[in-house]
Formats: sequence, structure tokens, C-alpha cells
Amino acid sequence: MTTFLLRRLVNYLVLVIVATSFAYLLAGAALDPRSNYQGRNPPPPEYVVDKTLNEYNLNDKTPLLERYVTWAGNVATGDFGKTWEGVSVNEEVGRRIGVSLRLIILGVVLGSVTGVFIGAYAAVKQYGAFDRGSTFGSFVILSIPTVVIAVLLQVSAVFANDILGLKFFQYTGEYTPGLEGGLLTHALDRVQHLVLPTLTLALTQVATYSRYQRNMMLDVLGSDFVRTAMAKGLRRRTALIKHALRTALIPAVTYFAFTFGVLLAGTTFTEKIFGWHGMGELLIDSISRNDINSVAAVACFAAIAVLIAGLLSDIFYAILDPRVRIR
Amino acid sequence: MTMPGEQLEEEVGRDELGTGTTGESPVRAAGGSSRLSLVLRRFRGSPQSLVGLVLLLGLFLLAFVGPYLAPYSYLDKDFTAFLEPPSPQHWFGTTPVGQDVFAITLRGMQKSLVVGLLVALISTTVAGIVGAFAGYFLGWTDRGLMWLADLLLVLPAFLIIAIVSPLFRGNTWLLFVVLLAAFLWMVTAKIVRGMTISLKEREYVQAARFMGVSAPKIIFRHILPNLSSLLIVDATINVSAAILAETALSYFGFGVQPPDISLGTLISQGQTSAVTYPWLFFFAVGLLIITVLAVNLVGDGLRDALDPRARSRRAN
Repeated sequence: MTTFLLRRLVNYLVLVIVATSFAYLLAGAALDPRSNYQGRNPPPPEYVVDKTLNEYNLNDKTPLLERYVTWAGNVATGDFGKTWEGVSVNEEVGRRIGVSLRLIILGVVLGSVTGVFIGAYAAVKQYGAFDRGSTFGSFVILSIPTVVIAVLLQVSAVFANDILGLKFFQYTGEYTPGLEGGLLTHALDRVQHLVLPTLTLALTQVATYSRYQRNMMLDVLGSDFVRTAMAKGLRRRTALIKHALRTALIPAVTYFAFTFGVLLAGTTFTEKIFGWHGMGELLIDSISRNDINSVAAVACFAAIAVLIAGLLSDIFYAILDPRVRIR
Repeated sequence: MTMPGEQLEEEVGRDELGTGTTGESPVRAAGGSSRLSLVLRRFRGSPQSLVGLVLLLGLFLLAFVGPYLAPYSYLDKDFTAFLEPPSPQHWFGTTPVGQDVFAITLRGMQKSLVVGLLVALISTTVAGIVGAFAGYFLGWTDRGLMWLADLLLVLPAFLIIAIVSPLFRGNTWLLFVVLLAAFLWMVTAKIVRGMTISLKEREYVQAARFMGVSAPKIIFRHILPNLSSLLIVDATINVSAAILAETALSYFGFGVQPPDISLGTLISQGQTSAVTYPWLFFFAVGLLIITVLAVNLVGDGLRDALDPRARSRRAN
């Protein structure tokens, strides 16, 4: 068991190193940080630009492989270098992970819990009006790209704000900068900013989970142990919740572990559209700002997040499903 | 949605074909044509998939024939009508520079549909071939190919495509298609690999091997045809996945590049004026949603028709 885990861990490490290096080399070859300085007015003299770029290890006059070796040496000590403006990438990433976490926790939890209940109820009332309605609803939601969901919500928020004459729905940023007031005002302000992005995330989650959970629940409902539970005199309700739902929850839990990790680096569209400065936004911004070191850091973070997510969902599966453990 | 009669029919169908489910019946066996008719009958039996199919055909007609019916082409600019709402002249209204929204929306739809279909075709082909070769040869071939799949799963696709996107300008949008496909094949390849490992032990594959048929020939003649249901369903689902990905990337300017138009670029342009000039935004959004929905409905119906086990499991 230990050797198995160790081998898997080494394999993961190699994957992360290769993925990050690939992203660095690709970004180093394709992006041009020099243009960021040349675009200034008045343009700074070339030797100043060279000096700054050298300091951050971004100078395109240095061969790419040489830059890569310097960068890799720093990464090995845990330092991802500087952004093109000279800010530490480590600090930047650390701050942004917090923002992403605050954004996704509520959306993912809300979405998965609601989705599981809708799916389970739909399965129990198979072919009823609720079942048909929720199936159709999730079908439609899964056919809309996240970008469009976010934009549609934003558009309807503008519309709602216009009608109400209030500015209840906030659709840019995590909070209002420079807001004055007590703790309550600040809390309310954050909630106002959280509503729309959370809804964006949750809607897709609800649709996915409810379809998934419905199928799982239907599988379990026909199984012998649920029939036995009812046959030995349990009430239908108890049999459904204690025996059927509990078993049917296993895949949902493992899926939860997986989505959480993936979303941590993957809420690109939601973050970008609603102006949250998290990891997903960094992914887009680092490219448009020719920020090679940040691109590599994002790639590294995403790789680690995906691998940990996969590992976590495997571990959860082993914990929850005894059959997997015995094998 | 399953009627008792249909259930019976499925049972009969299964007897006819032995174990006539995914990857288990030799395609060239006597039941070949009856399996097709069986699948067709199952497909027709489900109203949703028919709705999906009709919608999809309609959308294709609209995208590729529609432009010939409309009074304006996507290149025309009507200098007498700037930002006009929908009218008999301009069915979907006009843009701030006098383009006909109907014409450019259909032009964008063409691109989105073509991108979706091509990406699905390429990625499913790659998935089938890579998975089958990995599962058939095992050993180092398997290790190498699956490692590559893992690597691509770990690399953030969006990041890579976005970095390379300046190259998509002009006529090289095909490169975008190839890249998009490059990030879609991995999961299916793993499933195909698993199924190939079990198919390899079948008598007819063994027989072919002992007769001296070469490995690539066995893979293309015996293994891949037996996985056709899986691959067809996968390709359909990939069409919608590709259209969704294309929209997102184009929205941020990393996908289809101007002067080419896709639904994604239209949505990103129309977004700012969605409240004030809704026709610039909602026609593109609506057509996009209907397209993806239709593809999903067809994909779901195909899965039910091709893999009755999945369906009877669900219907219980």
C-alpha cells in the first residue's frame, strides 16, 4: 500500500513538474513582457528596460533555456519569481487563493446540496411532474455556457436594479472599496457582491448534481437491500433516506471533492466577469499582461489542484464504499 | 418514458443479438442490419431525441441555407440603418455600423457549428485510436500514451490555448480546432482502453490474432467497430462540449479571431448593450442555447438507443 501511494505521488510530482515547465517555456516563447514597457509614454530608454527585465528574469535577450534554469532553480526553493511589475508571485497567488476560496465555497456547497436533494426527490417521484421539470431544467442549464449564464445574470441584475431604483445587486468585485460603516454594513455589502457569482456557480452545480444523483438513486431504489429494508417493516421514508439516499450519496461526495479542486483554479469565467481577483482571473490577466512567471505559477497551481482533487475523490470513495477497501 | 411494451421489445432485441449491448456483439454478425433497425426504433421511440434531431436539422438549414434567403449578406453595411431594432428589412435589427444582425448571427452560427463538428470528429477519432492501441499493446505503449493523457488532463487547457491564440488570426482557425480537440480526448481514451483490454480476450479477436492478422488491422477491423456505440455517443457529446468551449474562449478573445465571427464573439460584443439594444445580444444567445440543447438531446437519445443497459438500469 505504501509503495503504491509512494509511486503514485512520485508520478504526480513528475506530472506537475512537466506541466509547469511546459507552461513556462510556452509562455516564455510566446509572451513579450518588453512590450509592456515600450508601450509607455514616453518610452523608457532601452537599457533601463533591460535592467528591469533582467532583475525579474524576463529579458527576452537572455536565451529561454538560461531563463528557464534560473527560474527552475528559484522554484525549487519555493520562489516563483516576480510579476512584470516586480510584485512577488508567491504573495500574489497566496492572496488570490483566498479570494477564490471565498467565492467558490458557498456556491459549491449550495449547488451540490440543492442538486442532490432535487435529484433524489426526482428519482423517488420518477416520471412525475417534478421529475420531468427538473430534468428539463438541468438539461437547459447544462446547455448554456457559464460565460452566458454569468452575463445573463449580470444583465438581469442591471435590469432589476433599474426597476427597483436600488443598487441591491452588485456585479463587480468582492466588496465596495472605501465603504464606510460598521461591521453590519460591510457584511451586507459582501453578501450583495456574493449573490450573483454564487448563483452562477451554483446553477451549473445544481444541474450536474441533480442529473447525477437521480441516476444513482434510481439504481439504488431497485436494489435488494432497499426492498429488504421495506419488507422488514421500515417506513418508506426511513428506508428511502437511511438506506437508499445514504448509499446513493457516495458518488456525489467523491464528485464534490473533485469539483472543489478543479474549481479552485477553474472559476475563470465567473471571476473575470464579476471582477473577483482570484486565481481564475489571474489566468487570463497574466496572459494579457505578458506575465510569464505568473502564467507558470497558475499552471503549477492548477496542476496540483487537479491532482489533489483526483486523489481526494479516490480517498473519499475508499472511505465511504467498503467494497473498494476490501479489494 | 419507457413503456412496458418497449421494455419487452428490448428484451426481445437482446435475445436476437445474444448480448447485444455496447462492445459485445461482433458487428458483422448476422444481426448487423437488425441491430441498426433496432437502434433506430429505440431512437424514434423517444420524443426528446426526435425533438432534438428536428431542431438540429432546422438549425443547420437555418445556418447554411438561411443566408441565401435574407436580403443582406454578412459583409453588407446598410448606411441608412444604424442600430435599428428588428424590422421586415432587417429581421434581427442592425449593429452600430449598419451590419445586418440576422446575417452576421447566421455567419457566426456556421462557424460555431463547423468548429463543434470538427473538434468532435478529431477528438473522438484520437480517443478511439489512442485508447485502442494503449489497451491492445499494453506495456510501454500503454504507459507512454496514458502518461500523455494524464499530462494533458493536468495542463490547464484554457491557459495553453489562450497563450497560443495570437496564431489563430486569419485562415488558421483550423489550428484552434486542432488545439481544442487536443484537450478533449483523454477521458474517452481511458474508457476505450479499458474496454479494449476486455475485448482483446474475445474469441473472434483471438482467432484473428492466431490467423496472423496484423495488430493495427485487428484494431481497426474488430476492436474499434465494436466500440462504435460508445464512440458515436462520445462524438455527439463532444460537439456540445466544443461549442461551449469555443464560446467561452472566443468571448475572451482567445478563440475565433476577427474578421471571423462566431457566436462567442457576437455574445461578447453584444453584452454591453444587452439592456439598451437587446437584439444585438439575445438572438445570438438564444440560438447558441438552442443549438447546444438540441445536440445534447440527440446525444442523450443516442445513448439510450445504443446502450439499452444504461437505459433499463435507469428505468428499472
